[in-house]
Amino acid sequence: MTDESAVGETSTKDEPKSSPQPGASDSGRREGVHGGGQGPWITAIRKLRSDGAAMAALSLLLVITALCAAAPFYAERIAHTDPFRSSLEAEIVIDGRAVPVLEPSTVGLGLGVTPIGPTWDPRAYLLGADNQGRDVAARLLYGGRNSLLIASAATVLCLLLSAVVGLTSGFFGGVVDQILSRLMDVLWSFPIYLLAISLSIVLISKGFEIGPISITSGSLWLPIFIIGIVYVPYVARPIRGQVLSLKESEFVLAAIGLGVPSHRILLRDILPNVTTTLIVFIPLMMALNMLTESALSFLSIGVQPPDASWGTIIQDGQTLLYTRPMVALAPGIAIVLTVLGLNVLGDGLRDALDPRSKLRIGQG
Amino acid sequence: MTRNRRLFGGALCAGAMFGALWATSPAFAESLGQDSATPANLTQVADMQAGHRGGTMRLVARSAAGTIDPHINYTLQFWQVYQMLYDGLLGFKKAAGEEGFIVVPNLAEALPEPQNGGKTYVFKLRKGVKFWDGRDVTLADVVASYRRIFKVSGPTSGTFYNGIVGADKCLKSPADCTLEGGVIGDEAAGTITINLVSPDPEFFYKISVPHAAILPADAPATDSGTTAIPGTGPYMIESYDPNSQLKMVRNPYFKVWSEDAQPDGYVDEIDYDFGLTDEAEVTAVQNGEADWMFDQPPTDRLGEIGSKYQKQVYINTLTAWWYAPMNTNLAPFDNVKARQAVNYAIDRKALVNLFGGPVLASPVCQVLPPGFPGHVDYCPYTKNPGTKWTAPDIEKAKMLVKESGTAGQKVTVIVEDTAVARSIGVYLQSVLNELGYDAAMKAISPNIQFTYIQNTKNQVQMSVSQWYQDYPAASNFLHVLFSCDSFTPGSDSSVNISGFCNKGVEAKMKKALKLGITDQVAADKLWAEIDKEVTDLAPIAPLFTPKHIDFVSQRLGNFIFNAQFYWVMSQAWVK
Repeated sequence: MTDESAVGETSTKDEPKSSPQPGASDSGRREGVHGGGQGPWITAIRKLRSDGAAMAALSLLLVITALCAAAPFYAERIAHTDPFRSSLEAEIVIDGRAVPVLEPSTVGLGLGVTPIGPTWDPRAYLLGADNQGRDVAARLLYGGRNSLLIASAATVLCLLLSAVVGLTSGFFGGVVDQILSRLMDVLWSFPIYLLAISLSIVLISKGFEIGPISITSGSLWLPIFIIGIVYVPYVARPIRGQVLSLKESEFVLAAIGLGVPSHRILLRDILPNVTTTLIVFIPLMMALNMLTESALSFLSIGVQPPDASWGTIIQDGQTLLYTRPMVALAPGIAIVLTVLGLNVLGDGLRDALDPRSKLRIGQG
Repeated sequence: MTRNRRLFGGALCAGAMFGALWATSPAFAESLGQDSATPANLTQVADMQAGHRGGTMRLVARSAAGTIDPHINYTLQFWQVYQMLYDGLLGFKKAAGEEGFIVVPNLAEALPEPQNGGKTYVFKLRKGVKFWDGRDVTLADVVASYRRIFKVSGPTSGTFYNGIVGADKCLKSPADCTLEGGVIGDEAAGTITINLVSPDPEFFYKISVPHAAILPADAPATDSGTTAIPGTGPYMIESYDPNSQLKMVRNPYFKVWSEDAQPDGYVDEIDYDFGLTDEAEVTAVQNGEADWMFDQPPTDRLGEIGSKYQKQVYINTLTAWWYAPMNTNLAPFDNVKARQAVNYAIDRKALVNLFGGPVLASPVCQVLPPGFPGHVDYCPYTKNPGTKWTAPDIEKAKMLVKESGTAGQKVTVIVEDTAVARSIGVYLQSVLNELGYDAAMKAISPNIQFTYIQNTKNQVQMSVSQWYQDYPAASNFLHVLFSCDSFTPGSDSSVNISGFCNKGVEAKMKKALKLGITDQVAADKLWAEIDKEVTDLAPIAPLFTPKHIDFVSQRLGNFIFNAQFYWVMSQAWVK
């Protein structure tokens, strides 16, 4: 938080214009003021709570996460299915009649086999089957686990790396800044999806190994790593810009003048002041990462079968668009709702934590 | 040949013997939907040419089929096209149905009589035939073409043409190949003499396939890749970009020398576009934006095209099969029990459904297709083993995996990136996981998949492929796919994909080939035994035998399905 209005505190014109940063010490090196006896975080939370749209989005996200977390329970106890195993010869009972999950056509020349459509019965093929006879609803929930996991982990990785790069580059400047900034420029110059696709194609066949870090080709860590890396410039730049600004602030200059070691200034003065920016980035990056993962998986270079993600399920449904569109629609709707929820929550967080921020992905 | 296009190869003919064999084998063109057009006499041909000549035909496919070199490419997709681009001394009759198996004179004036106990054939070269660059076809071109088969290490140089005198030296040292004593041109007489090491009843078939196409003597001694080599057919390649299009236009120097061997085409131009998905291909044909699609329609469109577009659908039986080669030189499939386990575990009826249903495919568990010479029903890999596949036996499969000690090993299945192949790959992955392996599936472009899985450098453990007969002889499946001669480590042309090389089986196959010269019936009995033995040793998992669907545009007329070449492209019209 950089100024009092961001935290909803009242202020007078005689008061300093910046607000206290949560987590910083009381040495007076915090920017901003206290107001009303409540911390800025509590103020931010209250403001977020009063944002109806953001709360609705948060609720939606919690419901989606809970449903996906319950995937094993649903598959084993309710649907009694293994969503990773082909069931081409399975049958279910509908209205007392045994119906094959994959039914040969009897119309015209009798060509083709069509998977069963949505039964709207949670106990069996709620959303129908895909062309391998697998329960779409169960796969949707398991797929959601992987999509959310990859999006979250990639976000954490991206923000960690971006924070390190942005802080280092912005604070130390000089040659360090030059090198890191040029590196970011190189990454920035590639269209995101082209870079992600190129990395995926190269790494997906043999995996990745650098020093102690080893990722096998079918591992979920591979798309996490790729997606986390490609978005680093888009977060590191605005962080760097903020650090450059903070570096010129009085309390930082005072700390430098007092001979406080650089690492303490970074950790205790600057990092807390960029934390809100990082927090605002979380839902926004998650949304972007989810879309990127879906795209890579749709292209068969993200999550590998038999693992599912919403992107792979859309790809499975691609060959069933004409006969069983639900196979592709269900994960598509899930992605839309999740990304919408994350974006709305992200807007709410930004309004609560940093309303004056002109922060957008890509600015630095 | 492989589906991704294996061509059907040659057919052959050895007169009465062939006819007898043919009479006992099931009919090939069992059409549902539309019947193929019947071929016309010369007067009718002239009338049809006048009435339907011209226009541009557009063909679509998911991808190209690799090299455009006719001495190397071994895919159905391009062999179909080569029928109107290249010619050999002999060729298959461009006729509907079973007549397409008949071998007729092509660049040779007549079918030669066997001499020297069946070891010598003298062909008289036709005069006046020109390559599409305007040069005359000469004896030197013929001699050079046969040498080139070995110089480029063609995929059948060691199986189809190893019987030519001098071939043994050529196989050892391809770059220096002279075929001395094997292929001899006589300028004065205008003849080509081909001497064989021993009589070969399949010889006419073998020199009728594109691997024996006659090319200019100065054709490069290496794979020409995307550079077209001049041919003699009614069409020529104007441009070839495997990422976008193969464009063919009329050969300005073509004149019909034999309606049976090489009739003139109707359309002026053929644009063969690559890059569309299976779904997009179906839509393009439905909308009239394309006249024919190479790839089989995805299963979710079959119901639609089988009901609303019945008149544009042609379905024909094939002697072919989809199968899953397993690398017998790589773990875990260097263990016969692991391979047998896969065979027991596969639900072939489910795979039939993935392909499009029982109307379009039938389960198989042996090598030779039903009705093929040498075929005797045999199916050990089912519950209640006997003559027909009924159901998978998962318990037996798991027991075999346990006995093999290979459970837990990583296995990757390589498939083509088409809807049907991917779905089969996902299913096989599921089966392997159920058996206790750690299975993965990778789909790669059909443009490179067939050569990729042949090359041992790529360490492919398991793949999904197809084989379509080259000609109706058991050797075309068993000898070509499982002979030690067909296994060339480190080469893209190693059609024995599983790397199977069993001395006992090899000796039997050579005996059967020799026996076929004098007693084809006895030879076929021996081939039946070999079929059983290879099936038992399980270097591959037979999956199903398919029927072929051709989905064409409303405007396309005179669709002729030839059991050898499938759709005879040059005989269709669009006007």
